[in-house]
Amino acid sequence: MPVHPLTIQNMTVAYEKKPVLRDISFQVPEGKLIGIVGPNGAGKSTLIKAALELIPKLSGDAAIYGKPYAEQRKLVGYVPQRESVDWDFPTNALDVVAMGRYGHLGWFKRPGGVEKKLAMACLAKVGMSEFAGRQISQLSGGQQQRIFLARALAQDAKLYFMDEPFVGVDAATEKAIITLLNELKMQGKTVLVVHHDLATVQEYFDWLMLLNVELIAFGPTEQTFTADKLQQAYGGKLTMLDRDGQSALITSGR
Amino acid sequence: MSDWMTVFADPNVQWILFGCMLLGLSSGVIGSFAYLRKQSLMGDALAHAALPGVCIAFMLSGSKSIALFLIGAAVAGTAATFGIGYITRHTRIKQDAALAIVLSTFFGLGIVLLTQIQHSGNGNQSGLDKFLFGQAATMMQNDVWIMAIISLVLIGISTLLFKEFKLLSFDPGFARGIGYPVAFLDQLIMFLLVVAVVAGIQAVGVVLMAALLITPAVSARYWTERLGFMVALSGMFGALSGLAGTFISSTGNNLPTGPLIVLVATAVFFFSVLAAPRRGILSKLLLRASARSQARQEQVILQAVRREQDR
Repeated sequence: MPVHPLTIQNMTVAYEKKPVLRDISFQVPEGKLIGIVGPNGAGKSTLIKAALELIPKLSGDAAIYGKPYAEQRKLVGYVPQRESVDWDFPTNALDVVAMGRYGHLGWFKRPGGVEKKLAMACLAKVGMSEFAGRQISQLSGGQQQRIFLARALAQDAKLYFMDEPFVGVDAATEKAIITLLNELKMQGKTVLVVHHDLATVQEYFDWLMLLNVELIAFGPTEQTFTADKLQQAYGGKLTMLDRDGQSALITSGR
Repeated sequence: MSDWMTVFADPNVQWILFGCMLLGLSSGVIGSFAYLRKQSLMGDALAHAALPGVCIAFMLSGSKSIALFLIGAAVAGTAATFGIGYITRHTRIKQDAALAIVLSTFFGLGIVLLTQIQHSGNGNQSGLDKFLFGQAATMMQNDVWIMAIISLVLIGISTLLFKEFKLLSFDPGFARGIGYPVAFLDQLIMFLLVVAVVAGIQAVGVVLMAALLITPAVSARYWTERLGFMVALSGMFGALSGLAGTFISSTGNNLPTGPLIVLVATAVFFFSVLAAPRRGILSKLLLRASARSQARQEQVILQAVRREQDR
């Protein structure tokens, strides 16, 4: 039996007393590009953070390729939300990408030529080679997002978690990112993406998770992305317009 | 020999100069990380919290030993950071308010204890009242040696763990994700701050120590976009302030050393704000002026071309 990249069992997470995720269980298949959608406060980011043990769980287990995350860190790459850091930090793009290697370097050792070369290659993959020496505050939002993506590539992982990589980026960057995610998928890697734009779900992802505190649905996009299930996840916040058989969706808020 | 040269000839002054330079150097280095981690006020809180710790250490031991002061300050500093953390986590009070509450409570307690010590008639207590604003002149050769060791340890740890401190300052979430013991590193940086504060108590005093931790770092940030260079520069600015402040104090008419060191650091800061390339005010003004004149020239050319075409 193949080992799943990510298995979550009966996971509950709460801030203070209010549960943000309730009794979530699922198994992520390998080599898929998976979108996680749901309304505001559905616990999308929380799910990723709890799986990575960045925040404590009330109950339940998360396993990466069958073992606890602490033993499997090198198999996991993580792209946090771009706003989670202060970009006016004294460093350049190449340096941030090289941080993706820190987990492999061990204590005290500084990144050297090998790490720099790998970081350059990752910068090239996101189309940012010419910005390697640029101070990070002088990059646009989309470029900063690409830098974070390149840093995750430098981690050379098998399972990737991305928290809203498409927020505040221009159309060109969005295209570049999705092309890259598809390349990762082709290499047999598994990518989980927190997403909020329902209009692009069918185009981008082969699997989809609908989340609203509880797990509403998880499966291949064509089975999951249905009016019925979306209504269930978004409740009254969702207005559907049927146009020429194609459904265009309007959500209130992201 | 001119007047100011005689200052350097005095071996006592030499030690004090050396000590204050080391103090500026080490607090500049560790202060950089506190500043980048947005913990500038934390340095202030730790410095104020050190006072009751030092007083209790003195009351229990009856001696002015730096090692015991360090333990006292570290315990008090840990209690203060724990208190701040507890208040922010378990109430609706935000960190700035929590800092203000804890800082003033510890400082008030420290002043009460200090007064108590002064009235206790302990013959050993002389000089303890100088902990508020410091008095560099009381530094002995031994104190300077201890400061040299402290500086070495501080700079050594900051160099060894440079990569770890950098990631922790830039993106603690990612650091935790790749398995860094973030809580431990957090505490380590706090502890190094406490060590710098204790080293500075004698010369600068608890009230002004925060300035020596943060001002050189803020100044250094103006000159560079590279962390390693910024940390080194911050250390240099600190060392320069220590040297210059002590020098002015020893040539002048009994002016206090600690406050002078802080004022020199502030002068360096103002110079950086004005003159730094790119981030400084002057350079921004120049840039804008040149952009404006360029735009004007282009307009003139454009108009000339249009006139040419109209004819």
